[in-house]
Amino acid sequence: MTTAHRHAGPDPTHDLEARTQEHYEWLAAEADKNLDRLEAQDPVHDVTLDDVLKRRGLSRRDFLKMSAVMTATLGLPPMFDLRVARAQEVATRLPVIWQELQSCSGNSMALIRNANPGTDELLLDLISLEYAEILMAPSGQAAEDVLADAIERYDGQYIAVFEGSVPVAEDGGYLTIGPTGETGVHKVEHISKHAAAVIAAGTCSAYGGIPAARPNPTTAMGVADFLGQRGIGTPVVNLPACPVSSTNVVGTILEYAMFGRLPSLDAYGRPLWAYQDRIHDKCERRGHFDAGEFVEGWTDIEGLKAGLCLFKVGCKGPMAYNNCGVVRYNEGASWPIMAGHGCIGCSEPGFWDTLTPFEVPLAGRVYATPFGTDADADTIGTVALGAAAAGVAIHAGATAVKAATESRSDAKKEQ
Amino acid sequence: MAAKHVIDPITRIEGHLRIEIEVDETNNVVEEAASSSTAFRGFENIMRGRDPKDVGMFAQRICGVCTFHHYERGVEATEDAFGVTLPPNARMLRNLIWAAQAINDHTTHFYQLHAMDWFDVVSALDADPVAATEIAHQFHRTPYNASESHYTQVAERLLAFVQSGQLGPFAGGYWGHPKYRLSPEENLIIASHYLDNLAVQRMSAKASAIFGGKNPHPQSLIVGGMTSARDALDAHRIAEYQFLIQKSADFVERAYLPDLELIARRYRTEALAGEGGGLRNYMSFGAMSLDERPWAQRAHFLPAGLVLDRDLSTVHDVDPMKIAEEVAHAWYDYEGGETALHPLDGQTNPNYEGLNEDGTLKTEGGYSWIKSPRYDGQPVEVGPLARLIVAYAAGDEKVQTAMDGFTDTIGVPFDFWYSTVGRTVARGLETKIIADYVPELVTNLTQNVANGDDRFFNRYEPKDGPGWAMGEAPRGSLSHWLTVENGSVANYQAVVPSTWNASPKDGREQRGAYEAALVTQPMSDPERPLEVVRTIHSFDPCLACAVHVLNRDGEEIARFEVEV
Repeated sequence: MTTAHRHAGPDPTHDLEARTQEHYEWLAAEADKNLDRLEAQDPVHDVTLDDVLKRRGLSRRDFLKMSAVMTATLGLPPMFDLRVARAQEVATRLPVIWQELQSCSGNSMALIRNANPGTDELLLDLISLEYAEILMAPSGQAAEDVLADAIERYDGQYIAVFEGSVPVAEDGGYLTIGPTGETGVHKVEHISKHAAAVIAAGTCSAYGGIPAARPNPTTAMGVADFLGQRGIGTPVVNLPACPVSSTNVVGTILEYAMFGRLPSLDAYGRPLWAYQDRIHDKCERRGHFDAGEFVEGWTDIEGLKAGLCLFKVGCKGPMAYNNCGVVRYNEGASWPIMAGHGCIGCSEPGFWDTLTPFEVPLAGRVYATPFGTDADADTIGTVALGAAAAGVAIHAGATAVKAATESRSDAKKEQ
Repeated sequence: MAAKHVIDPITRIEGHLRIEIEVDETNNVVEEAASSSTAFRGFENIMRGRDPKDVGMFAQRICGVCTFHHYERGVEATEDAFGVTLPPNARMLRNLIWAAQAINDHTTHFYQLHAMDWFDVVSALDADPVAATEIAHQFHRTPYNASESHYTQVAERLLAFVQSGQLGPFAGGYWGHPKYRLSPEENLIIASHYLDNLAVQRMSAKASAIFGGKNPHPQSLIVGGMTSARDALDAHRIAEYQFLIQKSADFVERAYLPDLELIARRYRTEALAGEGGGLRNYMSFGAMSLDERPWAQRAHFLPAGLVLDRDLSTVHDVDPMKIAEEVAHAWYDYEGGETALHPLDGQTNPNYEGLNEDGTLKTEGGYSWIKSPRYDGQPVEVGPLARLIVAYAAGDEKVQTAMDGFTDTIGVPFDFWYSTVGRTVARGLETKIIADYVPELVTNLTQNVANGDDRFFNRYEPKDGPGWAMGEAPRGSLSHWLTVENGSVANYQAVVPSTWNASPKDGREQRGAYEAALVTQPMSDPERPLEVVRTIHSFDPCLACAVHVLNRDGEEIARFEVEV
């Protein structure tokens, strides 16, 4: 699982916990410099945030509240509230080109269901969406003209967002787009070369996803790997999950607006602010895990009703890194674990092959993690939990080992 | 003399679709049309060797729009193979998600993906907000967000886009096209609802997520049941679901249906000329199961059946054995030179033949990544219009009332429905029919729970053998077929709505629904193919699902002759 990752800035501290006041002051100064620079630039569109707010009937106070929530989501201290607000303002100057590849459009669908900002504010006001097949009026040549025009006008300035994997087999013949039958492969090369930065939205775009699952019939790959192979050096940030959390897309764009570079990334190219914690670390059912209280199988209606830990019915939360438990989905309505289904680890590279079968606990299975080492579930549990408060960690670690070893036979008995 | 026009990408759809038309240059009428899916992912090979219990989770990723439906069908196919039925609570929960998803799909499709084919956003800038308010009141007593101040705000917002050059999704549209028929005020009304729905559609998606965990790609269905028992037993969560659907239904009632009436009135000439009518056969596999019996005996909220040659006097039973897929003009080969295979015998051997040097399709041979599904050798249309026509012919009262009520209001004969306009209106009527049914669905669940039934899962023993599932997704008939061998998936096939509708020609050169709907279409300006895009969008294309699934199987077919 090799994913090209690039740390775009000089930010030396990947461990957010260890960041000091001094570091944040330095970071704030960097943001101010970049925001000043962006503000001094000719706007892509002559529209100001005040216009936008006025048109939407939003007050400045509503807006700041929204910014404060985003600041917290980005893992920044409150001193960044106003800077995030400014970033939203200059984001109207960042052109975005959204191109679908081997996709199911699930990520586009997730984005249009985003709230705070809502889709209409987001797509029509806050970012400058130059090209997005799912929403744009023109088809055919007229659509191609819009794309060509945007690439030319905003050469080196726009953010390219890709959704779906890149099929490289058959000379790219497994995906063609446009009247001349241009291949997806060529589209990615061309759009990326002229972009300031690339966002791979969703697991297919980040790591190949389901098209790249065994036996990968079309030789599908993630965008970062593909660009690495082709020697294209545009920085890439991976935003995996199936679908990507719209909050993570918006946050990444805002962070780019604020600092003029991509966020600090983990070993799989994911922003630390969104993907540094395991699902397991922020899980609402974590207390039950620590207490050794598990849904014992799908007939265990009492366990489901009580919201017990889903580890024994296959939850991959201990293996998966994302902020789902914090931001949830659909305006916070739910997330899989709340709905009683274990996490399937959809933001992990290769999860279709490495974390299946989904209903079987991961005890004893080997899996490559961002720690950079191969380890089985028990080791991961122990190592990761060891970083938390010692007493809980020992108990929970022991529970994990116990649960992991017991669960397989239990699951077998169950069905 | 005919001129060829290539329309690729078809935007505002899910997936990658190309349409090529040949237009008679003397009268600008479409003489020939080719529909091509230009993407392939190879789900068939990916499904092989997997745990059958995981199938739904994989199948769901076939499409991020009909996301729940592939999930449900995949899980059901395994349930069929294992011989497990659902406890009533689980079926009811799936129906609640189905209803929310359908309302979400239809409203999002109409406003975000289709409406710009009917309204001209630039013309809306010339509207008089006072006159627009009056017009809105002609179509509903209490129209949605209709006031002088609201329309003024929308117009100013649109004007700001245009003046700033920030056209967003509106850039490059066919604005000013002669086939836009609405007045500036009428354009403003629909433009206003376009913006409203961006917010409204979030609510039905959220409703589905309450019992689904998230949307798209929900995660609460398991073979034998549902995991979201805690939400389903929580009065607060049920109330939240109901409230969100109610708000969506309110929008359907006061915005969507009035807009459809407006469109039907202004575009009635095109409708009565039968533009975009296409095929004469309509099929439905039945929407929302109402009991746990085998598919052929099961009651559905909207019935299964087949109407042939627009003959409403007879509804034929659908026989699963009569479904076959052909590859004469698809980029696949069948071993042994077969031309048509039943899904349980299906093969998926990609054989890309490329394009002509000028980038056009080689229509003599293969020209699409979609196969051509046929029912008893015949092409059929599937989707909301097909469902309503089947239900109408079957004597379904709620559907007859809705369809007759609509045509009476407009003052048009039944033939109105056999058109692009009719297809678009049918989708809206169906949305209301579904939304109206939700309170009953909710009551069924709460009563069943109140009667002491708290089962959401039925035990089973995994088994080898074939399994299949047939039902309706919002955009049409969807079936999944699999065979389990030695505990894992030996083969898998999904025959999906967009393959029925978007298929290339079959071995007998019979056109699929898109192609049939385009041929004979008059165009005012082939360089700006508004009429083509409008007709294609009326089907709600969803192309990623057209990417196929399977290898081969053989002998278990007899099994479901028993069940049918």
